Amino acid sequence: MSGLRVSWQGGLAALLALAALLMLPIAEPSAGGPSVTAAILLLVALAIAVDAAPAGTMVRAAALLVGAHAGVYLLLGDLGSVNGAARGAFYLLLVSCWLLAWRLVSVLSSIRAASRTGEVALRLVIPFLFGVWILVLWEAIVRGAGIPFVLLPPPSAIAARIGNSLPILAADVNQTIFKAVLVGYVMGCGAGFLAAIAADRFVFMRRGLLPVGNMVSALPIIGVAPIMVMWFGFDWQSKAAVVVIMTFFPMLVNTGAGLAASGHMERDLMRTYASGYWQTLFKLRLPAAMPFIFNALKINSTLALIGAIVAEFFGTPVVGMGFRISTEVGRMNVDMVWAEIAVAALAGSVFYGVIALLERAVTFWHPSIRGG
Amino acid sequence: MSVVQAQGLGLTFNTNDGPVHALSNVNLTIEKGEFVSFIGPSGCGKTTFLRVIADLEQPTDGTITVNGLSPREAREARGYGYVFQAAGLFPWRTIERNVALPLEIMGYPKVEIAQRIARTLDLVNLKGFEKKFPWQLSGGMQQRASIARALAFDADLLLMDEPFGALDEIVRDHLNEQLLQLWDRTNKTICFVTHSIPEAVYLSTKIVVMSPRPGRVTDVIESTLPKERPLDIRESPEFLAIAARVRDGLRAGHSYDD
Repeated sequence: MSGLRVSWQGGLAALLALAALLMLPIAEPSAGGPSVTAAILLLVALAIAVDAAPAGTMVRAAALLVGAHAGVYLLLGDLGSVNGAARGAFYLLLVSCWLLAWRLVSVLSSIRAASRTGEVALRLVIPFLFGVWILVLWEAIVRGAGIPFVLLPPPSAIAARIGNSLPILAADVNQTIFKAVLVGYVMGCGAGFLAAIAADRFVFMRRGLLPVGNMVSALPIIGVAPIMVMWFGFDWQSKAAVVVIMTFFPMLVNTGAGLAASGHMERDLMRTYASGYWQTLFKLRLPAAMPFIFNALKINSTLALIGAIVAEFFGTPVVGMGFRISTEVGRMNVDMVWAEIAVAALAGSVFYGVIALLERAVTFWHPSIRGG
Repeated sequence: MSVVQAQGLGLTFNTNDGPVHALSNVNLTIEKGEFVSFIGPSGCGKTTFLRVIADLEQPTDGTITVNGLSPREAREARGYGYVFQAAGLFPWRTIERNVALPLEIMGYPKVEIAQRIARTLDLVNLKGFEKKFPWQLSGGMQQRASIARALAFDADLLLMDEPFGALDEIVRDHLNEQLLQLWDRTNKTICFVTHSIPEAVYLSTKIVVMSPRPGRVTDVIESTLPKERPLDIRESPEFLAIAARVRDGLRAGHSYDD
């Protein structure tokens, strides 16, 4: 039986809550009134007390979870619809709740999961809480300090905009991601890959193409977007062309490096079998190049998204993520801009994640993946 | 017909620091069924000689035939198996797929590949490890798998370049014993490069002592040990006498330097 053990986050949270008590009210005007203020202080105090008590890890984590999140929920509610109503006590209690969430994450991080599902759940929950608190602090500061909407809308307004504009967002994603990005990505990566093989096979290609490719890669590729619009028209084809140009070179260079990555001994071994060029390529050099090729695929997944969105700034039909961003910012609808950015971030993460999963399956043998 | 016949063989590498005489005037004949060890300090050309036999390096002087053919023809006829210093297994292939690699390249039918995998893995005592990946095995097991890979196709000549150099003494003794049994059972001709005098004397029917700068043969010792060799033969006077002669040969090569 150990006595009370107050963590530094808990202690500091308690001090801040006490200071807040002296600086009430939380907001001017206060939407919730004294009863809500009392509830917030009670929740925070309870969480600190349970965390300090000799209770089980799960009990402490549950108390911290409820205390930090219910507390901050009530706190935000107390602001009401008036922006810039927050007073000193608001920020003190906000930091106090945030410290409790911090404490929660460190309690969770110290748990040794007994089962595999528990381990996976923990690995997801911790970054999720982290992300949630970035949004919470963003929301609280923007609304509490009354930051103008056009400068930075609160996440709740962006979420509401996403919820209200699902058909538009879906049409934009379809136009930009499923047409321009995917088609351009497949063509650009495929062409880069084949060019690397050709450069490996034929000396004149290696001598001629690679130096020219090096120069092309130094061009500000986004500058060719207007030219692509003239060549391929306003629709997604011109954006796909920009993506092709952007993704071609990283794939060419990485595949080239990958083909050179197999060891001398392994190549000598293939030679002792009197193996031909293509047999050596398929059985040794391409498998050995896979980590490099996946590197290019991952780099290109983000490049393709950037390329397609920015290319739409230069002329497009009235649909597409880049089109929406450039027109809505002109109309001061920044919540729509942020909504598109959020959707693009989500799409980019999914794209990257799928390729990373594929990489794990294909290069399972590489020390960086099997670990050791 | 001799398996390997070298006459006046020389190889000079042209480097930025001037020519390096890796081999000079090497005359050597290796008969079928012999176990020949090449021993000498680093830079004496023993590995280079093995690589010339394998057509991985081209000689600049003299002539060499392998199975009566030029090294290039012998390589293209898949006339030898080569075991390198490191196992060199492909990490994306299981042990059985690694052993199957030369068979796939040489176009063996599927059924026969399966039979040969089973047979050669049995030969090197790796039964039960077919589905493992190389990085799941110990260094000694990896090297045995690489020997199985070199045995999988029907080459009568086995070239081994310090195959056990990176392994500890105990594993090495064990593998030496197994290699002798394997040589006895398969009746192959083996060329074996090593740094170790006891290993060379224990394994070989013929020991080629080499010395550096330029790489040349200083002594060829025909072993008088019986074909049946338990590990404790290494304490017999006969064994020690051969080892002493090898050591003398190595010392003679070294006095050239300093």
